Amino acid sequence: MEKFEVFSGVAVPLRRSNVDTDQIIPAVYLKRITKTGFEDALFAAWRGDADFILNQQAYAGGQVLVAGPDFGTGSSREHAVWALRDYGFKAVFSSKFADIFRGNAGKQGLVAGVITDEDTEKLWAAIEANPGSEIEVNLVDRTASIGDLTVSFEIDDYTRWRLLEGLDDIGLTLRDEQAIVDFEAKRESWRPKTLPAKGV
Amino acid sequence: MTNKPLTLAEKVWNDHLVAKGQDGSPDLLYIDLHLVHEVTSPQAFDGLRLAGRPVRRPDLTIATEDHNTPTWDIDKPIADPTSRTQIQTLRNNAAEFGVRIHSLGDVNQGIVHVVGPQLGLTMPGITVVCGDSHTSTHGAFGALAMGIGTSEVEHVLATQTLPLKPFKTMAINVDGTLRPGVTAKDVILAVIAKIGTGGGQGYVLEYRGSAIRALSMEARMTICNMSIEAGARAGMVAPDQITYDYLEGRPHAPEGADWDAAVAYWNTLPTDDGAKFDEEVFIDANTLDPFVTWGTNPGQGVSLLDNVPNPADIADPNERAAAERALEYMDLTAGTPMKAIRIDTVFLGSCTNSRIEDLRAAASIIKGKTKAEGVRMLVVPGSAKVRLEAEAEGLDKVFKDFGAEWRFAGCSMCLGMNPDQLAPGERAASTSNRNFEGRQGKGARTHLVSPLVAAATAIRGTLSSPSDLANLADQTDAASSTAGVN
Ligand code: SF4
Repeated sequence: MEKFEVFSGVAVPLRRSNVDTDQIIPAVYLKRITKTGFEDALFAAWRGDADFILNQQAYAGGQVLVAGPDFGTGSSREHAVWALRDYGFKAVFSSKFADIFRGNAGKQGLVAGVITDEDTEKLWAAIEANPGSEIEVNLVDRTASIGDLTVSFEIDDYTRWRLLEGLDDIGLTLRDEQAIVDFEAKRESWRPKTLPAKGV
Repeated sequence: MTNKPLTLAEKVWNDHLVAKGQDGSPDLLYIDLHLVHEVTSPQAFDGLRLAGRPVRRPDLTIATEDHNTPTWDIDKPIADPTSRTQIQTLRNNAAEFGVRIHSLGDVNQGIVHVVGPQLGLTMPGITVVCGDSHTSTHGAFGALAMGIGTSEVEHVLATQTLPLKPFKTMAINVDGTLRPGVTAKDVILAVIAKIGTGGGQGYVLEYRGSAIRALSMEARMTICNMSIEAGARAGMVAPDQITYDYLEGRPHAPEGADWDAAVAYWNTLPTDDGAKFDEEVFIDANTLDPFVTWGTNPGQGVSLLDNVPNPADIADPNERAAAERALEYMDLTAGTPMKAIRIDTVFLGSCTNSRIEDLRAAASIIKGKTKAEGVRMLVVPGSAKVRLEAEAEGLDKVFKDFGAEWRFAGCSMCLGMNPDQLAPGERAASTSNRNFEGRQGKGARTHLVSPLVAAATAIRGTLSSPSDLANLADQTDAASSTAGVN
């Protein structure tokens, strides 16, 4: 995972609320078994519409998404984050994210920053006044800037630290392996075991 | 501090702490049971292989095939190549990493959230995860059960733990007695309509109160299943005698001294008197009607006796815009009585409502009745075992006589990853949990309903509850006599 500190890229105003993960990536694309290559699946149902924001030339190379509230609700599919990442997005802003989406984003190096509804409107206006302009996302200061406008965003300390350090999960946890071994030693015998199989 | 009263969720959490997080970092929790299916696992196994890591505890892991499986001709090769690849990949991965798998044709094949409880693997006081948001289903047993993403699946496979941030707790108090014809599905749709699709965000919900205590285990599963549709990470019901009776004797339930030790521990789990929830919600069970959705998220629901709402009456501008968009997609007009909405397809199935009690409930309504003309009905049991149980009771015959299609187990039309899809513009009454745009097929329109409403709807052809059937004969008479007058 790459370290993320300050990033500039084309901002995309997505004026929709309640963008659920079925909209971000329809279920039909979940059949793939690879970990990358989902860029064609992003917002697939909407991409057929010539007016859709990513079909407008100014926004086609978008890397920072500014969306309405309740982004990433619905299915827990991590493919939603992969599709955004594979398309080229490095950060998403919304006034409210679904928990699972936000968790998935942090693990894949995608910044999911929480901004106020008011700042969402301001960013939308600023972007639309100048379609195709870049936004600077500063994770160190937790700010996003476009032109003269700078807004603050929230991201929890732990996710921010990990993104800044570019750390992956499993390695982090396995630093604690002795604690896992100790826990397993006192696990009660009534707790479920799938092996040996019974009831087949 | 040691005697601080705790909630059910807090107790289960505390008993699984491997390491307490420092300085805002998450706690590390031990995972008792990891359920795996073919959609969210290939990349996780891929990651293990790339890093040269084994599955740490194959004995706490179990896999089944559900999302892509066909619901007929299951003895033939799967036609769709990508579905076939996903399922074959799961089989290969299970073999390579030593994970138990229940494949198509096996009695324990089925929707992952039906299979865990059926085997007695889901039990009170444990942690359960699965790369699937409806893992919340297992909370019905008093387990802390959460949906996770694919990289978390890899994490659990590699470490049997998960870094998690403590949740807030919300009590959903449902007191009173449900009226006849009103079921768990109606309760949870009413809860979601009340708190909204984001209302549970950051919370573990605990369903409490006399109406919940009176529910069967399968009904409690229906409720916990849809916790995620309120945005919550998990939903739970405290274990009680109903839980123990359901679990005892199942293949993997504890036995002998283990059972006694387990029950003694489980009895300590219910939320202590005086424990504080971060939020409380109250629902009066006595006043609930059958509930159905009109829009494109599960929070857009009303009583079946109501009309399609008017977006102009919605104060919140975002919600109003969402409602306008939903009505357009659903091709509905504000003010239309819900009961006047004509349905093309009825889907009885999904991890919300595909267990034996659901099938029995629907069968009891349609038995001896005739299906409305032009309406298609699919009945898809949650697991191969549920299908066999239903056949042993003769339910398959009731469904077939009625004109419904009796299918093999799987997710099926819940999300349309297999050929069970709606055509564009087609309208379904579905016992599943998601009415998102395109969920059941591109351009498809979904109304979420209970199994009783699904059955009554299949008879009348419009959204209906069993209480509408009593007058069915009269209405038909009235209709024909009116015709005679004209
Ligand atoms: S039945 Fe539907 S909601 Fe349940 S696991 Fe399958 S696809 Fe998901």
